[in-house]
Amino acid sequence: MADYAVILVHTTSHAVFAERVLAQAGLAVKLIPTPRHLSSDCGTAVRILAPDMAVAAEKLAASGVPVDRIESWAT
Amino acid sequence: MIYLDNAATSWPKPDCVPEAMLRYLRDVGASPGRSGHRLALAAERIRLDARLALAELFGVSDPLRIVFMHNATTALNVVLHGLLPPGSHVITTGMEHNAVMRPLQALAQRGVTVTVVACHADGTLAPTVLDACIQPATRLIVATHASNVCGTVLPIREMSAIAKQRGIPLLVDAAQTAGGWPIDLRRDGIDLLAFSGHKGLLGPSGTGGLAINDAFDVKCLPPLLQGGTGSRSEHEEHPADLPDRYEPGTPNMPGIAGLAAAARYVLETGVARIRTHERMLTQRLIDGLRGIVGVRVHGTQDAGQQTAVVAFTLVGQSVSDVAQALDERFGVLCRPGLHCAPRAHRTLGTFPHGTLRFAPGLFTTLQEADTALAAVAELAETTSRG
Repeated sequence: MADYAVILVHTTSHAVFAERVLAQAGLAVKLIPTPRHLSSDCGTAVRILAPDMAVAAEKLAASGVPVDRIESWAT
Repeated sequence: MIYLDNAATSWPKPDCVPEAMLRYLRDVGASPGRSGHRLALAAERIRLDARLALAELFGVSDPLRIVFMHNATTALNVVLHGLLPPGSHVITTGMEHNAVMRPLQALAQRGVTVTVVACHADGTLAPTVLDACIQPATRLIVATHASNVCGTVLPIREMSAIAKQRGIPLLVDAAQTAGGWPIDLRRDGIDLLAFSGHKGLLGPSGTGGLAINDAFDVKCLPPLLQGGTGSRSEHEEHPADLPDRYEPGTPNMPGIAGLAAAARYVLETGVARIRTHERMLTQRLIDGLRGIVGVRVHGTQDAGQQTAVVAFTLVGQSVSDVAQALDERFGVLCRPGLHCAPRAHRTLGTFPHGTLRFAPGLFTTLQEADTALAAVAELAETTSRG
């Protein structure tokens, strides 16, 4: 079982922008289909490691990436 | 063959442009935003590359404020139709292309009042004249950054300062300057910049768009078109998110892939270096043409004040005949006529007969410029002999 967080966004433009910002910050990041139990307008979400949630939120805000919300997600 | 029609579209393109287009078509192919599979995401990453490169070129922090459209004309239409309701007033200049004048004529028929600020006979504009034209109903100032007819650059920063004092947004038509002239939306005070992707930016035709200043509130600019974006699909209302707000329908991905590579090439080459090369060629052409008996050069005749566009006429000769002779006898390709800008030609005093336009580019050599000058000299001599 791995502890992840999922960043929900409204468009894939925002998803790849988030991916680029977080990868450049050295975080482990992967674009995934939005988990069905998490409501979102966009079919693509951004998965990060759970411990990176705070720093990811900070990096995304600093770069102006529009984010719907960030949810914890244990698989 | 000597290609001097870079003001219409630049050619040749750097090799990286067709290579990027081929790579997209061969290895990616998918539509961005519509699916989440690997190829759709690869396409979206290419589109992000293009946005990031252009945002860097234009002094925009948020790459989502680089919006892709078919061309600069579409971007101009989006802004003009979006910001000018019936009863409003707009100010423009006497050097505009029909990409601005025709939408404004259509809007005038729907109750928009248009003031065209006169320019001098060399295309220059005294920005202070704007102040007296501003009315309570003025909603926008729209100006070309540089004339597509004679290359004269307008004082955008000074115009912006006047617009800012009165709280009026400034829309700039950068079809002739993007990629070949320094542009910084923050520094220059440009709210909205319509850019062409296939001229100075060296990308493929069918690309262009709108760069939106980070401080501009897009809520006041409704989209001209609505449609599928791949986002918020459960709603029948068009989404407000950037860039989807202005990008309905499947995008021109081969073009955007080429533009991404082109914009990165321009960044790596440096706008200042491109400008230095084009300025040198422009002055060479101006000086050379001025030295030919029977040739008249129009515009500022100073490469420091104009883009790489040189307008000229041969006394007593039709511009079409001269262009045809340059093409067929000398292999020199240029554009004669009115250049879709009758208003600018009226300002220059060259309406309705028009001018010839030599427009060198980044890949034009000094030797090519000299060969073109020799061709004009030979044609002018033929005329003077009678």
